Amino acid sequence: MNHWIIAPVILPALLAPLIAFVMRHDLTLARATSLAGAVAIAAIAVGLTLASGSGETQVYYLGNWPAPFGIVLVLDRLSALMVLLTSVLALIVLVHAVVTGWDARGRHFHALFQFQIMGICGAFLTGDIFNLFVFFEVLLIASYGLMIHGGGRERMQAGVQYIVMNLAGSTLFLFALGVLYASTGTLNIADLALRLREIPIEDAALVRVAAMLLMIVFALKAALFPLQFWLPGTYANAPAPVAALFAIMTKVGAYAIIRVHTLAFGPDIGATGPLAATWLFPGAIVTIVIGALGVLGARGLLPLIAFSVLGSMGTLMVAVASFTPEATLAALYYLVHSTFAGAALFLVADLLLSRRKDQTLIPLPATVQNGLFAGLFFAAAIGMAGMPPLSGFLGKLLILDALRDPGQMPWAWGAVLAGSLVTIVGFARAGSQLFWKSTSIPAPAPKGPDHGPVTSVRAASAMEIAPALTALAVLAALSVFAGPVSAYLTQASDQIFDRDGYIGAVLGTATEDQP
Amino acid sequence: MEIVVASSVAVLTAGGVYLILRLRTFPVILGLALLSYAVNIFLFASGRLATGLPPVLLKYGEATYTDPLPQALVLTAIVISFGMTAVLVIVALGAFLESGTDRIDIAPREDDAEPQESHR
Repeated sequence: MNHWIIAPVILPALLAPLIAFVMRHDLTLARATSLAGAVAIAAIAVGLTLASGSGETQVYYLGNWPAPFGIVLVLDRLSALMVLLTSVLALIVLVHAVVTGWDARGRHFHALFQFQIMGICGAFLTGDIFNLFVFFEVLLIASYGLMIHGGGRERMQAGVQYIVMNLAGSTLFLFALGVLYASTGTLNIADLALRLREIPIEDAALVRVAAMLLMIVFALKAALFPLQFWLPGTYANAPAPVAALFAIMTKVGAYAIIRVHTLAFGPDIGATGPLAATWLFPGAIVTIVIGALGVLGARGLLPLIAFSVLGSMGTLMVAVASFTPEATLAALYYLVHSTFAGAALFLVADLLLSRRKDQTLIPLPATVQNGLFAGLFFAAAIGMAGMPPLSGFLGKLLILDALRDPGQMPWAWGAVLAGSLVTIVGFARAGSQLFWKSTSIPAPAPKGPDHGPVTSVRAASAMEIAPALTALAVLAALSVFAGPVSAYLTQASDQIFDRDGYIGAVLGTATEDQP
Repeated sequence: MEIVVASSVAVLTAGGVYLILRLRTFPVILGLALLSYAVNIFLFASGRLATGLPPVLLKYGEATYTDPLPQALVLTAIVISFGMTAVLVIVALGAFLESGTDRIDIAPREDDAEPQESHR
């Protein structure tokens, strides 16, 4: 067994309590430890990605219990890719939080951050559906802490909403698992897939209920219509670096749908059939529309970005909903892209808003380095909207190319293309209000009596800009190296649809290895 | 036995759903607690209801036994939902102290009235 598979879970799990208990009064030490941990996890993730490149589905049996009985972690190309994505994003966000001093605005930022990474990596690696629930809870409870980091009236209220939504979701998750266990008697995803193939007809209704409940839970995480209400409020009120990290949280829901609904509730299962696709597709289309309209109608910069993230989730899920290898390849490419595009937007917005009095989209006196921030925002907005030089264009092109089924093509093409256009208009309006019109306003602004302390007008140092630039550079690299990346993703999506390979790796080798 | 378990799950769920649709945090928290009780009983029943049967022990040999896995799942679920409820209570309390209201929805009207207000 390759013990490195569990390292992305173990390492942050060890670092987090250490930071919380030993380094709680020493911010410098906590920062150094947290950064070192993030670098180490990124290195491990690169190693795991290389290891998964062989195409072999590697399985880690916790406690060496055989597969259907013990918990397994499974490393294939998809989970390796997701762990790599998480670790790179976490490193970028962590550097931003440290350099801009966000981590000092409340307590236990670094401990919560490590727990967050632990939960996300665990959710990507696990091969057991109850364990998936547990890792969901780990990442959620850490995200509750991060969401309200720094406090403030609106942030706390938005935090309450976020927690209530997710607690209700967790309850549904447990109901789904109960139904699933009652009808199949297993919680291992591979074993589940095997047993669902020959489920007796009288249990088929229960299995359908479980599949739909799980879909609701994952769609809640992925912020899909009609469960998208929490996302704009949460992302717009969370601290900007946390919102940037949350860019991966919605992808956990997308990943779970790809994994569970392809492997266990695939179209070839008689009990469920094309149930997932039937419901996912219209939901995704409506999500695109809501996201685009939200971008157009948002009054503040952070809600604008949050709605653009919502629209990108809709685009992603449209591709996921067709459950074919080609569309999954496109979905994975767009998933990587939209994670970094969303993160880049939030990081740039944070740089700008810490120097601006207000996030409302109205012309205010130009900040220092107006041109630089305008350039960064422009690049990130191009990425998110899907304009040519950056990877969003290729991602949307791949998605459109994969969705050629006559039944879905008009809806998908129409929604994605019109949504992109509206998003571009929304971003252009925001950019011209924030940056362009601001230049025509005289610099010495009369300071209102109720505006609190003057915000810092310090120019951003190179270190502060570096994380946002890195996220943008990743988008550019995704575009430049689209060939190798999509080659890897093609193999990854083929591996996802090689259900027998996965089931055989998890269950088959177990019986051989055991004495 | 079945009717008792089934109706208690149903009543708890119905009460929980009703309460989480309230507009104040306290009923919502109570509703989530009721829902988590409901799901705990539900999970317990997912291993089939068996009364008077022994646990898994070697000396009972071939005899039927109660499924131990749902009990482990329920234990995990109880711990998690208890912890989550505690977090929610504290955050709701924090939100109440910050804003002076225990409404669950964020009143957007104030923001619209004074768009200059800083969100940070």
